[in-house]
Amino acid sequence: MAEQANTTLNRRDSRRSKRVLFLTLALLLLGTLALPLTGYLVTGVSSVEAAAAQQDASSNPRADYWREVREGNQGVTTTQGPEAGILIQNGGQNWRQIRQGPVTTYGAIGLGVVILMMVIFHVVVGRAKLETRTGKTITRWSMLDRVLHWYVAILFIILAITGISLLFGREFLIPVLGKEGFAAFAALAKPVHDYLSLFFTAGITIMLLKWIGQNIPNAADVRWILSGGGYFGGKHEPAGFVNGGEKVWYWILFIGSTAMIGSGIFLLFPNLDWTREAMQNANIIHGISGLLVIAGSIGHIYLGTIGNEGTLEGMVTGEVDEQWAKQHHALWYEEVKGSTSSAGGAARPSPAAPHE
Amino acid sequence: MARMKFLCDAERCIECNGCVTACKNEHEVPWGVNRRRVVTLDDGVPGERSISVACMHCTDAPCAAVCPVDCFYTTDDGIVLHDKDLCIGCGYCFYACPFGAPQYPQKEAFGVRGKMDKCTFCAGGPEDDGSAAEFEKYGRNRIAEGKLPICAEMCSTKALLAGDGDMVADIYRERILKRSTRPQTWGWGVAYKADS
Repeated sequence: MAEQANTTLNRRDSRRSKRVLFLTLALLLLGTLALPLTGYLVTGVSSVEAAAAQQDASSNPRADYWREVREGNQGVTTTQGPEAGILIQNGGQNWRQIRQGPVTTYGAIGLGVVILMMVIFHVVVGRAKLETRTGKTITRWSMLDRVLHWYVAILFIILAITGISLLFGREFLIPVLGKEGFAAFAALAKPVHDYLSLFFTAGITIMLLKWIGQNIPNAADVRWILSGGGYFGGKHEPAGFVNGGEKVWYWILFIGSTAMIGSGIFLLFPNLDWTREAMQNANIIHGISGLLVIAGSIGHIYLGTIGNEGTLEGMVTGEVDEQWAKQHHALWYEEVKGSTSSAGGAARPSPAAPHE
Repeated sequence: MARMKFLCDAERCIECNGCVTACKNEHEVPWGVNRRRVVTLDDGVPGERSISVACMHCTDAPCAAVCPVDCFYTTDDGIVLHDKDLCIGCGYCFYACPFGAPQYPQKEAFGVRGKMDKCTFCAGGPEDDGSAAEFEKYGRNRIAEGKLPICAEMCSTKALLAGDGDMVADIYRERILKRSTRPQTWGWGVAYKADS
């Protein structure tokens, strides 16, 4: 009897435990299905925070720190100085490679090629001589124009020599002068370059603004440039007071010197707390624009002196021979002649204000 | 021959600036010039770490590569030094240096830079060792006296290590074995080539 009751009890027990097992499994199954969905409750509220937390947990904090250093992040420091809070700046590497590589290499090659081109031009094409000299002159450049030109020219030559000395001196001058000799020159060249740049900036700004009116390109300039200015045979297209080639030089000078002066401010005033990145970029722009204008000036000096007979005297005395004007600036010559015969004066018509 | 290196253990540096002060005092560095500085990243948040940084005396140093007057030289110990008699204060080494080591005293008006000053690894300059002229320009020459840089010698937690690269690496390796972490040879990847 008791045995029978016991087995019934056992049977009931096992039935109950089966039911519990089944319920537990059902609950687990439900939980497995439903619980992951609760993630949406969190992500739905703040998916960004959740993602950040996940990333934090999965990354190495020490690696993160090193990464932060390499990215050049600003930290806290009691030391006062330009960008003292940055442990590693990466821009220097790029700056060094651009300056030591393309700027120095192609700059030197470029200047060499320009000088070589001038020599070849002189040998092949030769000097553009005046057919005759009439002995009669026309006023081309006023005293103010000439003073401006020579003021800027002299400063430019000094700045160019000191500037390229700093760029190429280590390669070309140290082998000749020795380290001490070159350092003595460079120690003078740097302050000379720095201080004269201020006077140059003032001069070239006035000069470029004074001459901008006569340097607006027109259709005659396009024809002049397409015909090669008559240097390579063919017809010499008539030019106005300023011909196409001179206008090209004007705008090279305009753009180049704007870039030089703009970038020079960053290099000249480190006390204004520029970032290193700004100074690195400024140095590259300064180098490229400086080389560009120096290359242009080599062409300008050649064409203005030995390349064309009678041109230099215009900028020295202000007077050019009538034959020179007829040969090089036919349209201007006609203008002057026209106004001279009508007004009876010999003065050069102001190019900034065209006279009808 | 030894190859001198600096190593700052970021796990130990407590940002006390003792190294900065020791350096300024030892070399009588002029106002406004800090040959060494301590930088703290993530200040006040978890993961905050401090690093003491000065000239790392790089192999194939960028400053030396860009100097227009070629005033830098590397000693037999791998210490990068410069000649202030040649320096023209152009600032190019400051543009090139990854660590911001070159410093310039402001000479006069218009923000003109004076001659560059930087950490010498307490090894002076080209003048005679221990001469007055050397001290005037570069500070004390402790290396010539058989001593190591004052910043590392003074470091209260021995976070900043200075000396022969192999010995520095050995000390640091022992530490990281005990900590069982990855090495954090700060700045070595930037400053030193694998074979030096």
